[in-house]
Amino acid sequence: MGMNWQAILPLLLFLIIIFAVGIWAGRYVKATNSFLHEYFLGGRSLGGFVLAMTMVTTYGSASSFLSGPGTAYNQGLGWVLLSMSQLATGYFVLMILGKKFAIVTRKYKAVTIVDFLKERYQSKWVVILSAASILLFLFSAMSAQWIGGGRLIESLTGFSYISSLFIFSISVLVYVVIGGFRAVALTDTLQGIVMLFGTLILLVAVIIAGGGIPSIIADLAAENPNLITPFGANGDLTPSYVSSFWVLVGVGVVALPQIAVRAMSYKNSKSMHKGIIISTIVVGFIMLNMHLIGVFARPVMPGVEVGDTVMPLVAQQVLPNWLAGIILAAPMAAIMTTVNSLLLLVSSTIVKDIYLNYIEPEAGESRVRGLSMWITGILGVVVIVMSLNPPDLIIWLNLFSMGGLESAFIWPIVMGLYWSKGNKHGAIASMLTGVSSYVLFEYFYPQPFGMHSVVTSITLAFVAYVGFSLASQKSIAAIAGK
Amino acid sequence: MNKHDINQDDYRFKIANREALIGVGLVLFNFVWWYGFAYGLGSRDISEYSYIFGLPAWFFYSCVLGFIVMVVLISIVMKLFFTDMLLEDEEN
Repeated sequence: MGMNWQAILPLLLFLIIIFAVGIWAGRYVKATNSFLHEYFLGGRSLGGFVLAMTMVTTYGSASSFLSGPGTAYNQGLGWVLLSMSQLATGYFVLMILGKKFAIVTRKYKAVTIVDFLKERYQSKWVVILSAASILLFLFSAMSAQWIGGGRLIESLTGFSYISSLFIFSISVLVYVVIGGFRAVALTDTLQGIVMLFGTLILLVAVIIAGGGIPSIIADLAAENPNLITPFGANGDLTPSYVSSFWVLVGVGVVALPQIAVRAMSYKNSKSMHKGIIISTIVVGFIMLNMHLIGVFARPVMPGVEVGDTVMPLVAQQVLPNWLAGIILAAPMAAIMTTVNSLLLLVSSTIVKDIYLNYIEPEAGESRVRGLSMWITGILGVVVIVMSLNPPDLIIWLNLFSMGGLESAFIWPIVMGLYWSKGNKHGAIASMLTGVSSYVLFEYFYPQPFGMHSVVTSITLAFVAYVGFSLASQKSIAAIAGK
Repeated sequence: MNKHDINQDDYRFKIANREALIGVGLVLFNFVWWYGFAYGLGSRDISEYSYIFGLPAWFFYSCVLGFIVMVVLISIVMKLFFTDMLLEDEEN
């Protein structure tokens, strides 16, 4: 593509604004007298709008932003149908964890999900298992996204992959290291606005370029009638398979630590109520728009072979260059908003859940302050090095990241919150069963019962949680009764 | 009182439990609406499809109208059934 200044300028402007936000948020970090709460949780001060935006953007990652429209391009309206299962994330997470989670985590003074699990179950093994799952799965998810960020800058600017990777890394690292959670949430908000308007403008432009919706749908039906059915281009998207995504990318999202931690970050119940309404609107709007862009792009620009390039290519075809440059900041924003949250979460797991629990529990305020920033920075550097030449293990783990975390955490979090008989035996059994059954299913027997394997492993994890909690209670009661 | 007991007698937990159940109800309703229109109307032969704003009717009702209905429903639920409360403990 060569140097493309009309794409580079909006990107630059975007990065400068983000730097400014990071530095501004850094003032809160400097001024606070409760460093951990401020740095990893923004001082529990998020209002409804920022809460909604940081929830939606953390979740709507690069994979959904680039490969989502690409898959919709190939599969037709059936894939838009599947993607709308994500509407549930807009309200379900905040409602299910809800005020009980907000109240309990305040009582516990919890800053991370592991803090919550530690206080709830009072077990060292629960802490070790959950910290280990977070480090393994989220670190690999972050590395994969990081590579995506480098590739995207490479394709937009024409710089080499290595320089693109450095531009991307420095832009993310500076504001996360200095500004912490508050900087992440605020930049998420700005980037969410870019995604919202970016997808809307692009959708309208694609509809105009295709001669209106009726003509686009007629073209699709003429090419392959399956494209306008719910069943996918080859008719192989079965109702049970598509419905199982309500678990993987819908309700199961409640168990992703990077999402659940946001459900303890809001200021008060008013911001929660407002956040639920706004995040439902924003997630529905972005998902519907961007997947429709993928489908509608097909008659406008037939013959795209690499799915991930549909969105950048169609933007450059149907929009004036400078506007395409601004719009293409949207997938960039999607990647940044995801990696920034993952980076901070992995860092909080190391600092708060491992270091302060087991290595130096009496660390003073200034020591924790320095340590947190250093670890966040060092983690960033490790990710950069890995992205230069990604090890196979990272790529392999990333494939299991979402389903693995959901299978591990959904019952220890949700049942821990609402079922008083749940105990550490149940939680440990549930985590082990969930993760191992998920990895085994994905590897040896994908799609049991015609559904995504996450459904089966979450079901098994539930049985393990309830079974082991009740069984251990009985044996404890039997011992006590003697 | 033991701070680790999540079911201690706190009037706020009753409200919070009810609100979580409302969330489960909403997601079930959302799923049924989405599934019913998509596969109810979409399983017909393509020659029998009808169209709304140029989109196949199954898609319009399931994904576009379904989205709008959920937003309206959630706004109403927030106004009528979700309670404002203090999230911090009194002594803090």
